[in-house]
Amino acid sequence: MTIREPAAPAQPNVGDGAVGDGPASAAPPARGRILYQRPTLLTERATHYCPGCGHGIIHRLIAELLEELHLAEQTIGVASVGCSVFAYDYLGVDFVESPHGRAPAVATGVRRARPEAFVFTYQGDGDLAAIGTAEIVHAAARGERISVVFVNNGIYGMTGGQMAPTTLLGQRTTSSPQGRDPGLAGYPIPITEMLAILPGVTYAARGSIAEPALIGKTKAMLKRSFETQLAGGGFSIVEVLSTCPVGWGMTPIEAMRHVAEDVPSVYPLGVLVDRRAAPGPAVNATATGG
Amino acid sequence: MTRTVEPPAPAPAPAPTAPRPRLMKGNEAMADAAIEAGCDAYFGYPITPQAELLERMAKRMPELGRTFVQAESEIGAINMALGAAATGRKVLVSTSSPGMSLMAEAVSYMAGSELPMVLVNVMRGGPGLGSIGPAQSDYFQATKGHGHGDYRVPVLAPSSIAEAVALMADAFELASRYRTPVLLLADGIMGQAMEPVAPVFRTPQWDSAAWELTGAAGRLPRVVKSLHLLPEDLEIHNRHLQAKYAAIAEHESRWAGEELEDAELVVVAYGTAARVARTAIERARAGGLKTGLFRPVTLWPFPSRALAEATAHARAVLVLELSAGQMVEDVRLALDRTPVFFHGRTGGMVPTPTDVVDRLRVAWALTARLP
Repeated sequence: MTIREPAAPAQPNVGDGAVGDGPASAAPPARGRILYQRPTLLTERATHYCPGCGHGIIHRLIAELLEELHLAEQTIGVASVGCSVFAYDYLGVDFVESPHGRAPAVATGVRRARPEAFVFTYQGDGDLAAIGTAEIVHAAARGERISVVFVNNGIYGMTGGQMAPTTLLGQRTTSSPQGRDPGLAGYPIPITEMLAILPGVTYAARGSIAEPALIGKTKAMLKRSFETQLAGGGFSIVEVLSTCPVGWGMTPIEAMRHVAEDVPSVYPLGVLVDRRAAPGPAVNATATGG
Repeated sequence: MTRTVEPPAPAPAPAPTAPRPRLMKGNEAMADAAIEAGCDAYFGYPITPQAELLERMAKRMPELGRTFVQAESEIGAINMALGAAATGRKVLVSTSSPGMSLMAEAVSYMAGSELPMVLVNVMRGGPGLGSIGPAQSDYFQATKGHGHGDYRVPVLAPSSIAEAVALMADAFELASRYRTPVLLLADGIMGQAMEPVAPVFRTPQWDSAAWELTGAAGRLPRVVKSLHLLPEDLEIHNRHLQAKYAAIAEHESRWAGEELEDAELVVVAYGTAARVARTAIERARAGGLKTGLFRPVTLWPFPSRALAEATAHARAVLVLELSAGQMVEDVRLALDRTPVFFHGRTGGMVPTPTDVVDRLRVAWALTARLP
């Protein structure tokens, strides 16, 4: 994985500061620039995530953006049920834990109670696309001014790799041991496309963590979502295609290859709607390019 | 409304919060009481027989610049309440029995997360979709836990609209003091009936500064949660919760007694059933049966000790409920020797005073001391 240089250094002490303890304005000791470091909002705890899991990358993107947009002191995150419930251990902002699937309702309560807060949910696909469908659809329909980070790895990771509504056809899981059969278990649910048609949704996009370039694009999508909220826009959602090597029965490298090569044919990458840029109906993701 | 004739000798000036009696519907009075108690946010979903509470809040909360959201379901409403409560706001949610079942999950989360909230259940007949008539068949659900896990929620049971108004303020106070959801348990008659009330509104103290989520400005980040994955940690947390419940049980049990001094028979009833009992007791006394009323105001904590004391010299106790017999179990647990009789109607049916007097006569006859 290549190491990207941080984006334009908006803040003097992030990414462009001198190495050492002195303030950035002190005489530069000319020992070089920091190209890559832990975002201050990412706590120093070792995560409990499995090798090859995508949550670490996505947590990092959120931490970078909260820092870059100076949101640390006004953010209230909503953690959902699944592996990522512990997001509050790794992201150094206020957090409330939601019952399974209800994060968009909890975030609605936070949003209405604290209009000045920056509010985001962090939800997996079992949480958002199965048990939480009513809550996500109605938060979107109301145009709640929240940002939803939707991590789709097509499986229930925490409970041991069972089939999710997002599981690909033919995919073997512990609850579809013969492979997902549409005659028995229906079809993968493209819930972000379903949400994008609602007028209350200001921004909907699907990114991926499969490659460094795609991670950069995903970060740009998340940034657009966060800025949409800050600009007073409505509901926004960024779906991020991610991995679950353990649940998928793959090595981390195989899992990353799978999310790069196989998953986007079912869940195309791209911006589904951006009503701040272009008011009107949602567009097909494939038409905008990945 | 104007008055042309003033009373000749004016009574002491009433407190500004005690207006003249006016005709109020229970559901609307509870809404007004919550607003006067300082409720910041209301979340609900239409269900009979509590819909007027939601409608009243829909009208008044936006006028006051406060939050009102009609949710997509009871599940949505209670989870919105969870989110708003986590930010330190005073939150009210109302529903009726089937909705209460749907809310049970989040009440458990809120108890575990130690979030204050006031919840109103205007009970209707069950089980299932049941009927829209008044009932008290959610007593078990209310007092023995709605959702999963070891937790308790204080349950306040008003027996008049004026009392519902007073208890609403008390409910917010208890919620804040103990950082817990508090349940106001009414029934379809309490919600739907109108009676003249001089409501005494009150705005209790509220303190959430030590734990509320507002964004971590000038302090360390906070997490409001109920997950404690390590059994050792969860047991410590549960012991803390249990100590809190023990304190509530010790200090917050409430009851009211009427004509107990010489009572040989005691009717135990709450809410609407207590009002039926009152009429029955009047008739029983007219017929020579010395009867009194013991009315629990908190159903949890149940006023067991007070009941035992109040009935120490009674010959028998008759429990009256709009259910097949739920509170009667707590009454039997509270009393060692006194015979306990039960009368209840279900499904939205209400016992008549005549029925109750008949039962009192039977209780009297069956407990006659042999010469």
